[in-house]
Amino acid sequence: MSVRLPAASARRGLHPAAWWLWAGCMAGAATRTTNPILLALIASVAAFVVAAKRTSAPWSRSLVVFFRLGIVVIVLRVVIQIIFGNRLPGHVLFTLPEIPLPSWAQGVSIGGPVTVEAVVQAAVQGLRLAVVLICFGAANSLASPYRLLRCLPAVLYEAGVAVTVSLAFAPEVVMAIAGVRDARRLRGRPIRGLAGLRGMAIPVLESALDRSLQLASSMDARGYGRRVAVAQRTRWMGTGGTAAGLLLVIVGVYGALDAGSLPAGGIPFLAAGAVLVGAGMAAGGRRTNRTRYRPDVWRIAEWAVGASGVAALSGMIVAGVLGVPGLQLQVYPLEFPPLPLLPAAGILIGLLPALVAPMDRSASGTRTTAPPPTADERQAPGAPAPAPATPAPAPARPDAAQPPAPVALRVAFEPGEGTVA
Amino acid sequence: MIRFTDVTFTYAEADEPTLRGIDLDIEEGELCVVVGQTGSGKTTLLRAVNGLVPHFTGGRLSGDVRVDGRSTREYPPRELADVVGVVGQNPAASFVTDIVEDELAYTMENLGIAPAVMRRRVEDTLDLLGLHELRSRPLSTLSGGQQQRVAIGAVLTAAPRVLVLDEPTSALDPAAAEEVLASLTRLVHDLGMTVVLAEHRLERVIPFADRMVLVPGRGGPLIVGATADVMATSPVAPPIVELARLAGWSPVPLSVRDARRLADPLRRRLATVAAPAPAPTPVPALRPVAVAERLSVSFGEVAALDAVDLEVRPGEVVAVMGRNGSGKSTLLAHLAGLRRPTKGTVRVFGRAPTDLPPRRLIKLVGLVPQDAGMLLYGETVADECATADHETGLSPGTTAAMLESVLPGMPMGHHPGDLSEGQRLALALAIVLAPAPPLVLLDEPTRGLDYPSKHRLVELLRKMAANGDCIVVATHDVELAAQVATRAVVLAEGEVVSDGVARDVVCHSPVFAPQVAKVLAPDPWLTVEEVRRALAGAVP
Repeated sequence: MSVRLPAASARRGLHPAAWWLWAGCMAGAATRTTNPILLALIASVAAFVVAAKRTSAPWSRSLVVFFRLGIVVIVLRVVIQIIFGNRLPGHVLFTLPEIPLPSWAQGVSIGGPVTVEAVVQAAVQGLRLAVVLICFGAANSLASPYRLLRCLPAVLYEAGVAVTVSLAFAPEVVMAIAGVRDARRLRGRPIRGLAGLRGMAIPVLESALDRSLQLASSMDARGYGRRVAVAQRTRWMGTGGTAAGLLLVIVGVYGALDAGSLPAGGIPFLAAGAVLVGAGMAAGGRRTNRTRYRPDVWRIAEWAVGASGVAALSGMIVAGVLGVPGLQLQVYPLEFPPLPLLPAAGILIGLLPALVAPMDRSASGTRTTAPPPTADERQAPGAPAPAPATPAPAPARPDAAQPPAPVALRVAFEPGEGTVA
Repeated sequence: MIRFTDVTFTYAEADEPTLRGIDLDIEEGELCVVVGQTGSGKTTLLRAVNGLVPHFTGGRLSGDVRVDGRSTREYPPRELADVVGVVGQNPAASFVTDIVEDELAYTMENLGIAPAVMRRRVEDTLDLLGLHELRSRPLSTLSGGQQQRVAIGAVLTAAPRVLVLDEPTSALDPAAAEEVLASLTRLVHDLGMTVVLAEHRLERVIPFADRMVLVPGRGGPLIVGATADVMATSPVAPPIVELARLAGWSPVPLSVRDARRLADPLRRRLATVAAPAPAPTPVPALRPVAVAERLSVSFGEVAALDAVDLEVRPGEVVAVMGRNGSGKSTLLAHLAGLRRPTKGTVRVFGRAPTDLPPRRLIKLVGLVPQDAGMLLYGETVADECATADHETGLSPGTTAAMLESVLPGMPMGHHPGDLSEGQRLALALAIVLAPAPPLVLLDEPTRGLDYPSKHRLVELLRKMAANGDCIVVATHDVELAAQVATRAVVLAEGEVVSDGVARDVVCHSPVFAPQVAKVLAPDPWLTVEEVRRALAGAVP
């Protein structure tokens, strides 16, 4: 099967939501197994796709951090099991001195015999959590957080801006710290030790505060927070509907991940929640008349990436329903786990993005030409049709005050053109 | 288009109004330049146009400001965003998004402009301001000039009818500044956009201005009129106007071309007197104070400096010039010991500046960075001066006295954050210069300074050079370089492309030549002062 990619999609890389869908499905698949071979397979697939498709953007390096975090999680899980965990019977490795606990603390133990079975089980549970983390790390490395936030529906726009600003804030603080260090050195003040730290904290905070004030004034001057008057009821529907819907979705997701806790795997909750959220967001979105500049488009590549993730997850779910052996690691008797073929095949489909996802070249800045706007670019509700291209301005008058202009001015702006009344 | 009716504005906790009884009408399609001395209230006036004063700053505003018929009383700044575009003094602080292209679209998204229109306007603006190669670059990686152009582009895309700019060219090199100003003129002439801008470097903007508003400061009445009329009497005047006053030209010429047409008699008269004296060459026997040898610096794959050799000897004033991002600031940071060179060496008084403890270092090298406010963290100006005296072991009052000589009449009780850009710079200068370091490095020292302050700075630098101190100035300000520099070094892409006597270097460059040199070419006169002295000598 060959997938031909549309040219416009190659411009700005894959839709960030597609990456998150794929990664979410891979993580979902990981939660449904404790077979270390399958878990390792999922982690490798995620790492391979990241290696193939990451950009030079700063967040692209974050997968390594998540791998390290995963190792910490496994070690922590094993250590906790050794000290506090359930005393499973089996082959004793060593025995820790036991601390007797009062009767009300039953089920918790400190110390005691540590068996191979208990350690293996803890390590595998830790590995499962680590793999989930790695999947999210993969999405983090592949999708620009800014672009993901741009996809938020209008009702969540303000929350999105807050997150965007704070995302930009972190490098800002790093730069502020460097600046304050320089400034202290230039004034002959200590930059190391306790005195240095104290002297630096306040200026850094002060410059951060300054920066937020300037940013707020700039955003205000640039039309942030313009509102359309809407009825009180619509406003309530927007906020209330979204909140209730999100709650239902959370319940649904819980059901879907923890098989058996809710009827039909929580799917009805998920569906009802989605409908409510959709309605709430539509109602809330009426309060602003923002438009989107070059919204990310969902094309065949996005479908393919999303579907590959869904395939990996469904392979796992179907195997679970059919009772395919080897999905969960057996510790009694402790033996090398088998490789169940159906889920493994599903996971390998998750490699598809490495082949079909377009590279995001935007971060390297090598592109010089831009394709014309795509046809799917959504028209703002109620906006007039785009004005026909204005004719090029008449040649400049031979005016004494006018200097030779080194810049070519091709098209005139017309005030008010295209604005929503 | 913009109408101020009896506007009086007082900042909260201020005793006196910053603006008093202002009446001002700015017509559609006018390019209006607001001038005034440092701290006179130019920025306040500009920010009142879209209601940031007082909606955002607080304080009391009486009277009425109307833009396109909408009063800032009833419309907060965000509701005026489709009519007024504002570009502040520090463009980097105004960025909301992370990528150039998205930043350009941000205002349009808020205004609800149709996607197809947005797309076209972004493409046009990218071309208009020469930003197309930067379109997908993260904003944090841009140079100062590029950021300024993005900030202008970001408000231009909303197609406002009024554009308000606070010192739009102060951070730009001469060529980039001309590019920005030329695009602004085009917007005014071809599209009838109304542009109001404040600028200290009048030599750059007056050829483009239709009208001038002089803010006298301390709440005095505005002086409004045609550029030439205001310029004839203005206390702040660019070299070309001073030359016109000296030569008695009327009306005052505003561009080099107009001046050259009038300058023929003056040129002939000057030909009879002695040619401008060559700058005193420093005695080569003196040991250089600062030496950079094969200094190379790279950030990732980008070379900021490439095998730069530089020697600075006592009594020299070296002007380091070059495009935005050509490595000037990097060179200064290395001479001051803020960074370690990637390759090559830097020696100041025979030692690597990075190895000296900060307290010793500031007695030898003083650097005033581009963002001078960085150095200031005291509660008040007086407090800042006292701390500086205490830390450097100077007798109390030294820094305050130095401040008085740089910029007299500073409000000693103000918080440094409440000072104007120029006042902050003066304070930072005073703090750095007070311990009298023999090597002084200044990064863009005239940003936001008015002409009188600039004159005082020039006097101060000359006095220091006469005492045998070395001064290295990284600057875009060709007039400053013409006035103080004995040597000019031009950097391009991290390499030294010319290094020589300042007069030769600047006179032969179309970009770096000061106005007087352009008017009086081919004779190498650099400043009005030289001409004045020569004429005084010629007429007995």
